[in-house]
Amino acid sequence: MPDQISASRYSGRRRNDVVAKVLAFAATAVGLGWLVLILGVLLWKGFSGLSVAVFTEMTPPPGAAGGLLNPIVGSLILTIIAVLIGTPIGILAGTYMAEYGRYDRLTSVVRFINDILLSAPSIVVGLFIYEVMVAPMGHFSGYAGGVALAVLVIPVVVRTTEDMLTLVPNALREAATSIGLPRSLSITRICYRAARAGMVTGVLLAVARISGETAPLLFTSLNNQFWSTNLNAPVSSLPVVIFQFALSPYKDWQSLAWTGALIITLAVLALSITARALVATGKQS
Amino acid sequence: MVDFALQGGAVVTAEAATRAKVLDRLRLSDAAFRHTTRAAAFGVLVLLSAVIISLIHGSLPALRTFGFGFLISERWNPVTDNFGALPAIYGTVVTSLIAMLIAVPVGLMIAFFLTELCPQWLRRPIGIAIELLAGIPSIIYGIWGLFVFAPFLQETLQPFLINTLGNVPGIAPLFAGPPYGIGMLTAGLILAIMVLPFVTSITRDVFEAVPGVLKEAAYGLGCTTWEVVRNVVLPYARVGVIGGIMLGLGRALGETMAVTFVIGNAHRISASILAPGTTISATIANEFTEAVGDLYTSALISLGLILFVITFIVLAIARYLLLRIERRIG
Repeated sequence: MPDQISASRYSGRRRNDVVAKVLAFAATAVGLGWLVLILGVLLWKGFSGLSVAVFTEMTPPPGAAGGLLNPIVGSLILTIIAVLIGTPIGILAGTYMAEYGRYDRLTSVVRFINDILLSAPSIVVGLFIYEVMVAPMGHFSGYAGGVALAVLVIPVVVRTTEDMLTLVPNALREAATSIGLPRSLSITRICYRAARAGMVTGVLLAVARISGETAPLLFTSLNNQFWSTNLNAPVSSLPVVIFQFALSPYKDWQSLAWTGALIITLAVLALSITARALVATGKQS
Repeated sequence: MVDFALQGGAVVTAEAATRAKVLDRLRLSDAAFRHTTRAAAFGVLVLLSAVIISLIHGSLPALRTFGFGFLISERWNPVTDNFGALPAIYGTVVTSLIAMLIAVPVGLMIAFFLTELCPQWLRRPIGIAIELLAGIPSIIYGIWGLFVFAPFLQETLQPFLINTLGNVPGIAPLFAGPPYGIGMLTAGLILAIMVLPFVTSITRDVFEAVPGVLKEAAYGLGCTTWEVVRNVVLPYARVGVIGGIMLGLGRALGETMAVTFVIGNAHRISASILAPGTTISATIANEFTEAVGDLYTSALISLGLILFVITFIVLAIARYLLLRIERRIG
């Protein structure tokens, strides 16, 4: 009798175990399934609209054929501005945190704040830049869009720079100091070189993050139907055009939106895979 | 240096002078570099303060006009310049809640799979694939949600919910109304997919940090895999898991583009989760460029301020919890 009870108890426990394992399998399948589903639909809808015209022609008026040349160029320009502004600030701040003030109070506060900025809603950044740049200047501009994206770049670069510099062995710093190298040179010539792969990864991740960002651009760089490289005026960007075209009732625009979505996704995936590969090779060597 | 001392006095002073000059220059550049990096670190703090100050400054006109009532008013009428934040706050909370109700169990189960069940060689690829979900820009989720997911829900899940749960007394109002396709449920489901990678990757990391000895001891007592996870791994990793959940919640609350596409943008509070609604971020994204008049703009910036305060608190709690578990592991 006791044997039967313990046997039935054990079978109950085993049943729970099997159920939990099946659920775990199912959850993973669902997670991977979404990825496949999203990428699949994107490839399917995006490739059907892909042609040379997409890269050589301007955004069309409704009902006409056209391409995405001006938003693609606009996105590139905005990204370059963001990286040019955000990377130096991020690297310098990360350098202070890892090299000079590793055990400072300032560093722990900055790290905490930076981690929050890292996941802060990007639309708030758009509002912030609108308040400090667009409203005083009186008009939307490419500069404002670039700065808004730079605000998103900084936390990513700060985080990776600090992490990567922390990984540099202290023996390298000691060796540099022992041959009489000043601190600043030992950082720029020795530590930066040792952490280079990781720091480049940080910048790549930051670019991946901002290349799909729409919310901070909506009311900073706005949008521009025409070819314009004047950064003091509204500049077209790929995510904003996708937003506008996808919500429009015109079939041509919707199809261009899908193609634009495909281009962004491929760029982002390529960037993040490159970043991962860089980290992997950095770890091996 | 010994060589210098052996040479004539005149040479020594000349050498010493240039040496001193070089050292001075190095000392200067060294200090300059140090202070520049320090200034940049301060810059991060300044950035955060600037965001808060500018948002407060921008929202003053609306807050002065509506006062505390802004938070609890249901009105949103640009024509009469009458604004209240409640529908947007309600939509934000409900969509995030739906997202977390789905993403947390699924994320935990994926972490369970990755740490205990998955063969070693498959762990990295699956982990990376899940993390790629986090890399897809939110506008992609939006366009996919609008053209693929919403019509699908309209034809399948929503009629099903209306016909089954819609008849259950007590929860029936939650599933009332026609299947619009777009709406709060759709937004919540898409948010669930978007925060899933955050919950999964942090949960996996804290699961992996559970000491093997504890698990082995539990197995030694005859526990099944599930019992080990349920009674040993989960309690041990609890703080980190909650931190991961809060981080995901912070994302869900502030997510803009994906929600804007599928929420329906209706400034009202409906009991039914199938009905269109709006969120704070979707309202700002949709209306900001069209907002005419200072009060309208200011009301939208006030919404931004509310969103920022809410997410700041949630993310700060998340970071605090994760910091605690990092210290314990480290």
